[in-house]
Amino acid sequence: MDHRDASVPTISRTGPFRASVTTFGALIGSGFRRYATYRQATIAGTFTNIVFGFLRCYVLLAVAAEAVGNRPAGYDVEQLATYVWVGQGLLSVIGIWGWTELADRIRTGDIAADLLRPVGPVAAYLAADLGRALYGMLTRFGPPLLAGALFFPLHTPARWQTVPLFALSVLLAVIICFGCRYAVNATAYWLQDARGPITLWTLGSGVLGGLYFPLRLLPEEVAVVLWVATPLPSLLQTPLDVIAERDGPALQTGLVGLQAGWAVVILAVAVLVQRRAERRLVVQGG
Amino acid sequence: MGELRAYAALASAQIRSAATYRSSFLVELFGNMGATVFDVLTVLVLFRATPAVGGFSLWEAILIVGLSSAGFALADFAVGNVDRLKTFVRAGTMDSVLVRPLRALPQLLLMDLPVRKVLRVALGFTVLGVALAANDIDWTPPRVLLVVLAPVTAAVFFGSIFVISASLAFWWVDSGEIGSAFTYGGRDFTSYPITVYGPWFRNLFAYTLGFAFVAYQPALALLGRPDPLGLPAWAGFLSPLVALGAVVVAAAVWRAGIRHYRSTGS
Repeated sequence: MDHRDASVPTISRTGPFRASVTTFGALIGSGFRRYATYRQATIAGTFTNIVFGFLRCYVLLAVAAEAVGNRPAGYDVEQLATYVWVGQGLLSVIGIWGWTELADRIRTGDIAADLLRPVGPVAAYLAADLGRALYGMLTRFGPPLLAGALFFPLHTPARWQTVPLFALSVLLAVIICFGCRYAVNATAYWLQDARGPITLWTLGSGVLGGLYFPLRLLPEEVAVVLWVATPLPSLLQTPLDVIAERDGPALQTGLVGLQAGWAVVILAVAVLVQRRAERRLVVQGG
Repeated sequence: MGELRAYAALASAQIRSAATYRSSFLVELFGNMGATVFDVLTVLVLFRATPAVGGFSLWEAILIVGLSSAGFALADFAVGNVDRLKTFVRAGTMDSVLVRPLRALPQLLLMDLPVRKVLRVALGFTVLGVALAANDIDWTPPRVLLVVLAPVTAAVFFGSIFVISASLAFWWVDSGEIGSAFTYGGRDFTSYPITVYGPWFRNLFAYTLGFAFVAYQPALALLGRPDPLGLPAWAGFLSPLVALGAVVVAAAVWRAGIRHYRSTGS
């Protein structure tokens, strides 16, 4: 088995690196094509993102109108609008909600087929998720931003490094979100029914990720603890603060660095959970 | 009688299934409550930055969010499951619902009885109760009547929105999340004084679709505040009529949808 060449679809540390890269790329492509099939759902989802954009934007601007200096939590009006509309655009790119595929496959026993493949499940699902995120970025990100720009004054980035930092931050957020969802879904290995943990994740990730309100509105100590001790603010709050240029260049870069740290930790957790699970797995469904 | 027994059997099967995965059920029970906790928390956090939102104080805003949460939680408990219709339509499972000698809507609702949403209803009404106690309300007989009616009419209104949104799937199988814009979007819209929204957006949601009468107008009537947007003081008492109108529309849309349904055949 040591003489595999690049034509064998596999991802392994012992096999040729090029084969791993090719396989990973192919899996990303298939994830992309899979989500590109649901064109009508894409339109429906975009419409919903835009409606929620209006709801959140009007509320936050009303807060700004009566806040001290019109700058609640240090955001001016344009930064708040940017925060809301980029957030609506990113929502389906990051993909916080609705992924129960792994939990469902564990419950039905289909996971057995995944374990037989020459690609580890964490790597395979990560690749598919990156493909999904790429499709989301190309289709779901633009329309809410455009709608926001038509109806509200948005913040134009002033520093050259903001846009590349934002792109990196989004990629890291996608990876962190995937790792969290994987770990949450993997509780089904032990619980069979992961609906409970998934409910907790859906709730916690939305509010503590910065979707409902910017976390900077919380007392400062609470926000810092959330940021450092949990991966949740790294999901939405960080990319949004980066693009809105809420902080100076040093803190802006530092937050993305913190994200990188969390991405490594969360992926390691996902791999670890998967290994532990494989050791005790009894496949459902006979 | 036989029909009622059949519905009871459907409901008790759901309770047994909930009892099987006990820990998941408990987490869901509290998780669903968490949704309302976070709605209220969001209002509290926003008021940390400002003394007033849209001209309304914190406790007035809590009264609005309490009315909206109580009504929404009740509606979600009673008919929220109808949003699974799109799954049934796509998978063709709707066929088996329609061939049974029971009405389609109650069957769909009882096929997944949301016992897990019970705590959330209780919490919604608790928030409303606290808000009523904290605001200085001049209790007159009409206001007592209104405070009893308002959460129920809000629930009836939201329930109609749930049914209308779900019915979209009869015409547009892949309607995906579009219904959420009006159900959950409606909940978010009604959680704040409608003075915060821009004019055209407010006209659409508040007056054309009727969401102003879920929480905002009843809250004004309870508080005895004149409407900064110009509707008369008795507008809050129109809520039951608006809810009734929504029910009529929902029933018509649902019937038309059932008639229009073509099995996917898979």
